[in-house]
Amino acid sequence: MKIAIPADDKNIDSTVCQSFGRTPYFLIYDIDTEIADFIDNSAASSQGGAGIKAAQAIVDSKVSAILTPRCGQNAAEVLTAAGILIYKTESSSIKESIAAFKEKRLDQLQEIHAGSHGHGG
Amino acid sequence: MPDLTDMAAKNLKIAILSGKGGTGKTLLSVNLASAAIDSVYVDCDVEEPNGHLFFKPKWNIETEISVKIPQVDPHKCDGCKRCVEFCKFNALAYINGKLKIFDDVCHSCGGCQIICPQRAITEKDRAVGTLSIGDSEGVHVLSGMMKTGIALGIPVINELLSQCGSFEDERPIFIDCPPGSSCIVMESIKDADYCLLAAEPTMFGKHDLEMVWSLVELFKKRHSVVINKCVDQSDPTEEFCNENGIKILEKIPFDVELGTLNSNGRIAARESKKYRDLFSSLLEKIYREVSHEAAVDSER
Repeated sequence: MKIAIPADDKNIDSTVCQSFGRTPYFLIYDIDTEIADFIDNSAASSQGGAGIKAAQAIVDSKVSAILTPRCGQNAAEVLTAAGILIYKTESSSIKESIAAFKEKRLDQLQEIHAGSHGHGG
Repeated sequence: MPDLTDMAAKNLKIAILSGKGGTGKTLLSVNLASAAIDSVYVDCDVEEPNGHLFFKPKWNIETEISVKIPQVDPHKCDGCKRCVEFCKFNALAYINGKLKIFDDVCHSCGGCQIICPQRAITEKDRAVGTLSIGDSEGVHVLSGMMKTGIALGIPVINELLSQCGSFEDERPIFIDCPPGSSCIVMESIKDADYCLLAAEPTMFGKHDLEMVWSLVELFKKRHSVVINKCVDQSDPTEEFCNENGIKILEKIPFDVELGTLNSNGRIAARESKKYRDLFSSLLEKIYREVSHEAAVDSER
């Protein structure tokens, strides 16, 4: 099973990025093999709709769940349509978040924010 | 006082804007349009239009404004994702063999329809607001109203501005802009010949003026400032204007009578000679600025 986490740096010791759509990288982590793969988030520099584009990349990377502190409405719509579960991270540490997920300590993200759509353009 | 009707350049577009709400954009716009008598008033504050509350026009025309958004024929779509990759606004996503379209994110460029190799995308109308046109004692009143839940006001503003020059008799046009300095304001001042910046004599007022001033400078728009609600004390907004060589065209005093008339939805310039004179004099100054600057421009 693979999961995704927005990451501030391309490093497993790095921190969870506070933004889903505009995170610089995503960690794609395989729970079974413990292989960590980082992908660039090309949506980070988008003029608008970053959440949708980032979510599309997550969908295409075939993960089962995403661990994130926040998620916008449009991104959540894409992720949910693809059957990807959204979990709320409690720690800023990536390692700690993975551990918490493995031990089923994370809750699903309830508050989906409306985002700032439309104000850019 | 000179005849303002003669001074008015034909179809002169004057945009009235401010960094924040409540500084007096609508006060200035409705009163200047009323002082000009044969004029056009355009309410571009489409998120919350309020000019009609003053003019109380009889609406002659009310039309729906719509934009084109894509729709997909799922039988023709083969999932190549060319449209998803093409869209600069990321309004499309392809999930589980289905194309998902985010109507609110779409900017109606039509690109996805053109780029689709399967011709699976067509366009449909999406209602985004209404345009109302009416009359009020000689003033043509145009008002745009966004539909609830629509995120972008630009299409409504575009339609308003394309309609405001369509009257057969040529008359000055007063554009009441949305507050702030975002896209909808840029759209509102885009074709303006002159920008009047409404400001307050406070630190907040100075800050907000600085934002819109930067915007009109960026757009290379001729402009001046009206400071509203002035009291007899030091004024950071005035200092800011003086430091930056920004012309202050008028200082309207903090005036209970004017405030009361305005808050009761009355147009002061129509209610008393005192205010008619105030706004006619301001209008005259604007016309002089425009003709003076036009003369300077032609010498360049």
